[in-house]
Amino acid sequence: MLRLEKRPSPSRTWAYLAPVLAVIATMIGGGVMFALLGKDPFEAIRIIFYDPLFSEFAWYYRPQLLIKGAPLILIAIGLSMGFRAGIWNIGAEGQYIIGALFGAGFALALYPTESPFIFPSMIVLGALGGFLWAMIPAVLKTKFGTNEILVSLMLVYVAEQLLASMSLGLMKNPEGFGFPGSRNLQQYASAHNAELWVGSGVHMGVVFALMAIIFAYVMLARHQLGFHIRLTGESPKAARFAGVNPNRLIIFCLGCSGALAGLAGMFEIAGPSGQVNIDFNVGYGFTAIIVAFLGRLNPFGIMLAGLLMALTYIGGEIAQSSLGLPSAAIQAFQGMLLFFLLAVDLLTNFKIKWAKAEAIV
Amino acid sequence: MDLSAISPTLLVASLMVASTPILLASIGELVVEKSGVLNLGVEGMMIVGAICGFAAAVLTGSPMIGFLCAALGGAAISLIFAVLTQYFLSNQVATGLALTLFGLGLSALLGQSYVGIKPPTTYKLDLPLISDIPILGPILFSHDFTVYAALSLVAGVWWFLKYTRSGLILRAVGESHDAAHALGYKVVRVRVMSIMFGGACAGLGGAALSLVRVPQWTEGMTAGSGWIALAIVVFASWKPERILLGAYLFGGVAVLQLNLQAAGVSIPVEYLSMSPYLITIIVLVAMSANRAKSALNAPAALSRVFHASR
Amino acid sequence: MSQTLLQIQGLTKSYPGVTANDNVSFKIKSGEIHALLGENGAGKSTLVKMIYGLVRPDKGNMKLDDESFKPLEPRAARASGIAMVFQHFSLFEALSVAENIALGMENPPKSSALSIRITEVSLTYGLPLDPERLVGDLSAGERQRVEIIRCLLQEPKLLIMDEPTSVLTPQEVTTLFTTLKKLKSEGTSILYISHKLEEIRTLCETATILRNGKKVATCDPRQKSARELAEMMVGGTLNSAKPKKLKLGKVVLEAAGLSLPPQSAFGTSLKNISFQLHQGEILGIGGVAGNGQDELLACLSGEVLTTPNTIRFNSKSVGHMTPNERRALGVLAAPEERLGHAAAPDMDLIENSMLTAMVRKNLSNAGFLNWQRAKAFTQTIIDEFDVRTPGPQSIARSLSGGNLQKYVIGREVLQDPDVLIVNQPTWGVDAAAAAAIRQSLLDLAGKGAAIIVISQDLDELMEISTRFSALNNGKLSVAQPMAKFSLDEIGLLLGGADA
Repeated sequence: MLRLEKRPSPSRTWAYLAPVLAVIATMIGGGVMFALLGKDPFEAIRIIFYDPLFSEFAWYYRPQLLIKGAPLILIAIGLSMGFRAGIWNIGAEGQYIIGALFGAGFALALYPTESPFIFPSMIVLGALGGFLWAMIPAVLKTKFGTNEILVSLMLVYVAEQLLASMSLGLMKNPEGFGFPGSRNLQQYASAHNAELWVGSGVHMGVVFALMAIIFAYVMLARHQLGFHIRLTGESPKAARFAGVNPNRLIIFCLGCSGALAGLAGMFEIAGPSGQVNIDFNVGYGFTAIIVAFLGRLNPFGIMLAGLLMALTYIGGEIAQSSLGLPSAAIQAFQGMLLFFLLAVDLLTNFKIKWAKAEAIV
Repeated sequence: MDLSAISPTLLVASLMVASTPILLASIGELVVEKSGVLNLGVEGMMIVGAICGFAAAVLTGSPMIGFLCAALGGAAISLIFAVLTQYFLSNQVATGLALTLFGLGLSALLGQSYVGIKPPTTYKLDLPLISDIPILGPILFSHDFTVYAALSLVAGVWWFLKYTRSGLILRAVGESHDAAHALGYKVVRVRVMSIMFGGACAGLGGAALSLVRVPQWTEGMTAGSGWIALAIVVFASWKPERILLGAYLFGGVAVLQLNLQAAGVSIPVEYLSMSPYLITIIVLVAMSANRAKSALNAPAALSRVFHASR
Repeated sequence: MSQTLLQIQGLTKSYPGVTANDNVSFKIKSGEIHALLGENGAGKSTLVKMIYGLVRPDKGNMKLDDESFKPLEPRAARASGIAMVFQHFSLFEALSVAENIALGMENPPKSSALSIRITEVSLTYGLPLDPERLVGDLSAGERQRVEIIRCLLQEPKLLIMDEPTSVLTPQEVTTLFTTLKKLKSEGTSILYISHKLEEIRTLCETATILRNGKKVATCDPRQKSARELAEMMVGGTLNSAKPKKLKLGKVVLEAAGLSLPPQSAFGTSLKNISFQLHQGEILGIGGVAGNGQDELLACLSGEVLTTPNTIRFNSKSVGHMTPNERRALGVLAAPEERLGHAAAPDMDLIENSMLTAMVRKNLSNAGFLNWQRAKAFTQTIIDEFDVRTPGPQSIARSLSGGNLQKYVIGREVLQDPDVLIVNQPTWGVDAAAAAAIRQSLLDLAGKGAAIIVISQDLDELMEISTRFSALNNGKLSVAQPMAKFSLDEIGLLLGGADA
């Protein structure tokens, strides 16, 4: 008979071991799923996890890790601060879209003028767009106590409709032969989020992601705001006693995560994606939630988790073309990863013991 | 633009059909939340139910078996959430989100080969003479059986919570799991059963979508209905009779905007499509602004992790 | 001739690191009021949980009416005729009295019949209750009635009561004792758990004393003095704190017309509270839990903001100031709830020091935190207040109640406050730690600080207060010198009479 016993203090070893264990369990679970789909599980796992890093075409895939990882990391860093404080921003996908629209909209409005000020302005506007979109749930929560989960989520659907409207209307390419979608920003030099070194996969988004990691680390470990965030998540009453202003925290956390998500969207639309179109958003805002938890809400953990998730995206694409594995399989795989992490996380706070038949239910 | 083309009778009748999926999902989540658990995975459970129901109906030719499989599918996937939150003591918000993400991926995977297929038609009530009465006929007597089933379920849940001992125990568990545990009630068992009931209802709601309302299978076809169902539970102040009101309100908005689109109203399609989501936000704000009332009705134990202590 | 109702032999129960009960044996006769006496942590709760079926013993056995008794769960215990009123009530605030009682019964009658039965029983035993009222609207004493009636409706042979008078006014205690004596006369046995010696000597004819998990003695408490019983409980003699009699200095903190609407659905409002606090004095505010203590502390600490001039510090209006602004001025507080309010349970002691000492101990520089200095301060608290813990890096949850409370009080005292407000400074704390805490408060007052002690423990207040005031239903009585009061007068004040 198994019994759970709370540890006097959370286990450090398990805090690091849990994500690793979760990944291994997911590989096994995923393997089973692939087998059920009629694919060779070992080959599938190899293609997803090993090939992008070490196969003969890895020189092409490795930079992709940074390209796909940067937006995930940027968004996840923002989300993690809110999650630590019990502020659940589920609408990062929407903030991502709006940030992209602000940045791209600005660039398209100025086309074809070339100027060194365009790209920096796009960065500012991208962050602003995401920030403002996140302020809607923030203000509603501070003024009325409305649950931010549902509001930020509803706004994702609204943002998607806005994106569609822009793609078909205001931002549509006049020289696009009637097809939906805007001009391609990759061909507009002042607006293009180009790679800093060709073939490296490092664009401004990657740089900002790195800066975000460092900023988050310093803030959480050494700054009052970080301390307040951690305290609010651990014990809201104690936070109030310590003088934490809950409204200020809500505005900061939602604003910050919104800005970072908006930035990610802007870098993506001006770079790897290139165009304002109906299918621009691919779910990074939601995958980032998994990244945040997988990284244990810790900046460096998020960096590793973001790269791991990017790996599954890239590996998944390869598996799609070489094995015929459907793209939805990767989404299910990623969801499975979060499940396993949540399950294994139990061991960080509890010990499992064998007990003589004594059940306390 | 021709607004006269919109018939109020048909509007009400189609609103009742449109609301059925969310009605089913909401009443299930109401029971879950009354027992003190917040399951954000409604969207995932609904869409898994949608594909399970669709696939089973197509494979067997029987929509009834489809609905049965939808309920089982929803309940099965909700079991993952139940085990993680009640036995592994995981964070309810994170686990609910994981359930949604996993459900969306899994359903897309399962539904690969079912895109574009037409499902078997469901039984529609057609009483001689009575169904043909103007106004009342289409509104009350000509519906698909799922509409009537959903309404009976709401009535059943209302009676269960108010008048039965099991309903009282469920409400008690949602109020204070510590007190319920001290009295010897099996909190975990009650909650797992509620969660599975919620999963089954969400599954039925999804099937109502794929087999009746649309009826077709497309990836991501729930389009946020699961989330709206969560909002409706808040709107209803956790009272079954108000779930009906909330579901009809949202179903009404959804149907109305479609009708307005068809009537050629000059607002761009995308903005009309936004309306259900914006209305949801407005309703949520109105509910939370009325703070005193909502605080009294929310089950007190919502969202706290329970572990039996010695 | 009364026979043995319940016989307990060699009951033992261990948990990792501690033996809660060690070979405990005693007998309860029918129609007997039997006290179970012991300090916090002596093993009373665990023993009683075994009798009630919540916990199973590692060794030993029990016999009820001469038959083997091994309840696997509370339901079985209830079926055998054992009922229990817990110290912390298992009640559901948003449900009615009748619904609450139905939940505590095995096969409750239909709701209309149940309501009639409830009214009958409540009147018979002098505990009137309205079945349709929501439990959340009831006072603590009334809630206890719900618990008792829930038990009585099952016509138990043995009624176990766990620290029943901790939430009652002296008058309500008398009512309870009358009820218990009536039950005794009908043949019901009562197992009365308490650490209040005078009560036990009034009410009970037998007492079993536990210390550190072992049974120390079974005796007739009426034949022993309170001092003898205390010494058996504690196993030694205790030094009680000697308050220093000081003249009242200038007014440091003042409340004038402080009112507050209820902060939650079932909260208590504050009604026009006024007092003046002088340098060097300890103002004791007595009151049974649930009469506005938490709300009063929240207003004084700054967690709840009020009109500026309802609270004045050194003639300066502070009612609108946040907790940290008040800390900068020298007004500190220690709330009742150690884990979850005064300290964050899963954070270590260094971080918990940062919680309140950031301002007065200069632990923050332009927003950046000085963890080294916080660690040093924490070590000072540990050393000066004898906090038993491996080190400052231990997390708050790992400390025992007494040690955590010493840390919490020490943290505030070592910040040299001008005003310190503490709520329940020694509840759930072992006797030695409690004495140390009380002494530190007296020393602090001796140095010129002004202290408010909010407490349910009247003995404690009588020991350390210079002046006393009663908080009842959100109203504060006029403060008078402690020496003026008798226990009866205090009881009346707590029950709402005018001073």
